[in-house]
Amino acid sequence: MARKSSQQNGRLLVIDDLKVEVKGKEILRHVDLAIDKGETHALFGPNGSGKTTLLMAIMGFPAYQVTGGKIVFKGQDITALPLNERAEMGIGLSFQRPPTIRGVKTRQMLEIFDKGEAEIKSMAKGLDFEEFLDRDLNDGFSGGEIKRSELLQLTAQDPDFLLLDEPESGVDLENIALIGKVIEELLQRELKPQEGKSRKELKRERWKSGLIITHTGYILDYVDVDRGHVLMEGELACSGNPREILKTIKEQGYEECVNCCRI
Amino acid sequence: MAGKREEKKDLARVAAEKRAAFGADINMDDYSPETAAHPYQDDLSAFSQAEQDQMLMAGVDFSAKNRSGTFVQKDLSVVHSRSTQEGMEIMDIEEALKQYDWLHEYWWQAVPVDMDKYTSRAELHQEHGYFIRSMAGAKSVYPLQACLYLEQDNLAQDVHNIIIAEEGSELHIITGCATAPHVTQGLHVGISEFYIKKGAKLTFTMIHNWADKVAVRPRSATIVEEGGLFLSNYVCMQPVGTLQMYPVAYLVGEGATARYNSILVAPPGSEIDVGSRVLLKARGTRAEIVSRAITTGGKIIARGHINGLVPEIKAHLECKGLILSDEGVIHAIPELEGHKQEVDLSHEAAVGKIAQEELEYLMARGLSEDEATATIVRGFLHVDIEGLPPELKAEMDKAVEMSEKSLL
Repeated sequence: MARKSSQQNGRLLVIDDLKVEVKGKEILRHVDLAIDKGETHALFGPNGSGKTTLLMAIMGFPAYQVTGGKIVFKGQDITALPLNERAEMGIGLSFQRPPTIRGVKTRQMLEIFDKGEAEIKSMAKGLDFEEFLDRDLNDGFSGGEIKRSELLQLTAQDPDFLLLDEPESGVDLENIALIGKVIEELLQRELKPQEGKSRKELKRERWKSGLIITHTGYILDYVDVDRGHVLMEGELACSGNPREILKTIKEQGYEECVNCCRI
Repeated sequence: MAGKREEKKDLARVAAEKRAAFGADINMDDYSPETAAHPYQDDLSAFSQAEQDQMLMAGVDFSAKNRSGTFVQKDLSVVHSRSTQEGMEIMDIEEALKQYDWLHEYWWQAVPVDMDKYTSRAELHQEHGYFIRSMAGAKSVYPLQACLYLEQDNLAQDVHNIIIAEEGSELHIITGCATAPHVTQGLHVGISEFYIKKGAKLTFTMIHNWADKVAVRPRSATIVEEGGLFLSNYVCMQPVGTLQMYPVAYLVGEGATARYNSILVAPPGSEIDVGSRVLLKARGTRAEIVSRAITTGGKIIARGHINGLVPEIKAHLECKGLILSDEGVIHAIPELEGHKQEVDLSHEAAVGKIAQEELEYLMARGLSEDEATATIVRGFLHVDIEGLPPELKAEMDKAVEMSEKSLL
């Protein structure tokens, strides 16, 4: 699992032999993962393999109890830190099924991050979400609306490390490009040519990182990722080129993909 | 007219010992029926800063900017009463009864004088109260405000108010009840009778700012005629000893609408028993009752009763409670009663603690647990009220926000 990196000093997240239980049941048995500053990784795996658990444990939800190993972020052991302190350190998560909070408007969530009226408007416009700003948070939102609401809040939060759980699920084709574009911006994946700078140099200037769970892989059509991992039965069973992994999974299934890795 | 008044007094005497249907039985002899009179103040700024602050917590703004009229009763004396808009009347009810003979027809017309010992007392010991009326077709530019203030400790204040929105008029009222900072106990019995004529609209926002041991027994009822709208907002977030009321609206004209919205907070030691009841007696009438109750250690009984007596009516009751302390109790009693096949009545009630997943959601955005709790509680209390003008919503929000500080 050791990986070569030209940015040994740029480690953003290091997960070391992580064990996580949910309601007394062991879900993650042994996870090692390192993500460098500026890198975005994809996480694959069959249902129930523990992908969401890994994201929730990194974010620090109390129901996801770490029983072994540690999570180091920006050089600091955050394994025992509460949710909000991890958020303040720069970790952000897009919820799959966010709760409705009555009387709290989507606009207020953007104001948490000291965004002014003009900024809020332009952010909402970018996600075609203006008409929802003064509605109760997540109240009656469709699958696509939830995704846009989550990305809008993450745009305001502007975390250094983004955790995305199936950003394409429940989104119609019309909106997937929009969502892909916003994620691409949030993760600085788009490389705008700059005079006198090579692509490699531009890549090195990125500081945003991410970990994206994807089932279908559709999101990879819009967001280019650096590396892929396959989670099987609570362990990372394979890491490598995300497109190759996805291709193998699609053509031959998870088992074959993992076997291929072992060879 | 004198004969009629005497009949009411007779009925009141018979009911003098009649216990109320709900709430602790209060020994009214414990309270002093008399106190010194207070002088009339033409100038609102003559009131002391302490008084102004207490009344401001009850939504009464002494700068009187953005108000179309003000009435203030201190203990048993009317100390200020003035309307600043044509078509809007605000005055001492005693004056009004002298001035308008017809007003006797409204006296105890909505609330039965022999309902219980409190209505009885209000008739036999009544000292003032206000009369507010919007003339036919008139629309209040700014809300009118009325304040009932307890200055004397341990006093019994018995008032009778009549509010009339004449045909096609629009009347907005903010009324606050408050006590002087040194007052710890007292009794307030307030009768309020509302008459909303054809096509008229009345919004009534009442904010209570009582003290630890004050006993409060308002008795109010509203009669809404064809196409009329009655919108009542009630806020009680400050400590109170015992508060019990169950206002009722009678929708007697086709297409009439009533909405009751209540925000209740019970700190330790407070006993609150508050409900709203609507009788839908004409086709096409609509009603909505919404209550939000929070206990930080006190007891709240949140009642609601919708009675659909004719077909083609629609009503909804929503009752939500948040328990922020294991010492507190919230008892929600929503009732729906339908007498015809074609009634559409519904309710939803929920009582519990703050949902963990809501807290975690906000914490994942960087809010501390306390900040997240405050945000959720604030959201819980800030109810969108259909039909309430934005300025009045802002006034109500302001009152809620002032109290939130002590709550959170």
